Amino acid sequence: MARETTPHARGDAPPATAKDPAVASTGLAADRDEDALVAKTVTINRPRQTLYAFWRDFRNLPLFMENIESVTVMDGHRSHWKVKAPANTSVEWDSVIVEDIPGEVIEWRSVEKASVNNSGRIEFQDSTNGRGTWVSAVIAYDPPAGKVGQVIAKMFGREPKVQARRDLRRFKQLMETGEIANSDPPNAAPRGD
Amino acid sequence: MRALTWQGKHDVRVETVPDPQIVNPRDAIIRITSTAICGSDLHLYDHVIPRMKSGDVLGHEFMGEVVEVGSGNSKLKVGQRVVVPFVIACGDCFFCQKQLYSCCDNSNPAEKQDV
Repeated sequence: MARETTPHARGDAPPATAKDPAVASTGLAADRDEDALVAKTVTINRPRQTLYAFWRDFRNLPLFMENIESVTVMDGHRSHWKVKAPANTSVEWDSVIVEDIPGEVIEWRSVEKASVNNSGRIEFQDSTNGRGTWVSAVIAYDPPAGKVGQVIAKMFGREPKVQARRDLRRFKQLMETGEIANSDPPNAAPRGD
Repeated sequence: MRALTWQGKHDVRVETVPDPQIVNPRDAIIRITSTAICGSDLHLYDHVIPRMKSGDVLGHEFMGEVVEVGSGNSKLKVGQRVVVPFVIACGDCFFCQKQLYSCCDNSNPAEKQDV
């Protein structure tokens, strides 16, 4: 039986995740020299305009991004980020939005001389299967203290690949349910001990 | 209230424990009239589940009467009889909206979904 050929369609995966190096090197990482690249997509059962609007107000990011201590918005495009780093330290930098398409794309990057050279891009697409919005995040960064720092960060769960995956999960939970799940025992009936 | 508590491996006792309170606005408090013993209760009893602590209240498949409802819970009314399954589901994701509650996307904390 002849195999059906599928017409080329744009998938939901960010190009950076592609196995083909020619594809993977397009987009955000292409014109940057960061060492590490993270790409992840989640499906969120909410309209993309709603998701875009919430994300676009960077002051909301610490609500679901565990390692961000604060984001101060300086003007329409510039913001100041304070982020937890391994070994109880923190790093700070200024970030500027370089692409902003309402309801579709937000891309930002650290300005020159940032302590951690980094950039991020988030895309919102209507899912083709009626499940809401595909939210794709690509984060590129120079790991603090290079490869060694990256390994140490991973040991403490702050490696950006792990962090991005969990942060997107928390974003989904917050957008769909209005709260973020945790497994701490509820204090419904505190014990005497 | 009276509750069956786990004290240690193969040691369970009915004791008086503090009454529950509404913590989350979507909470409800149910007065239990009967409860099942599930196969997974045996794992708790045998101390195969690592996070058990002395004093934990057992029972997760039960029925009873609604006695108090949180401000964010519009579905339950005081006095209703309810059956409660073990599933934890958000009610808002794609699967919950299709009443496929056991497939809920949001039951587990993000850091546990990696496992």
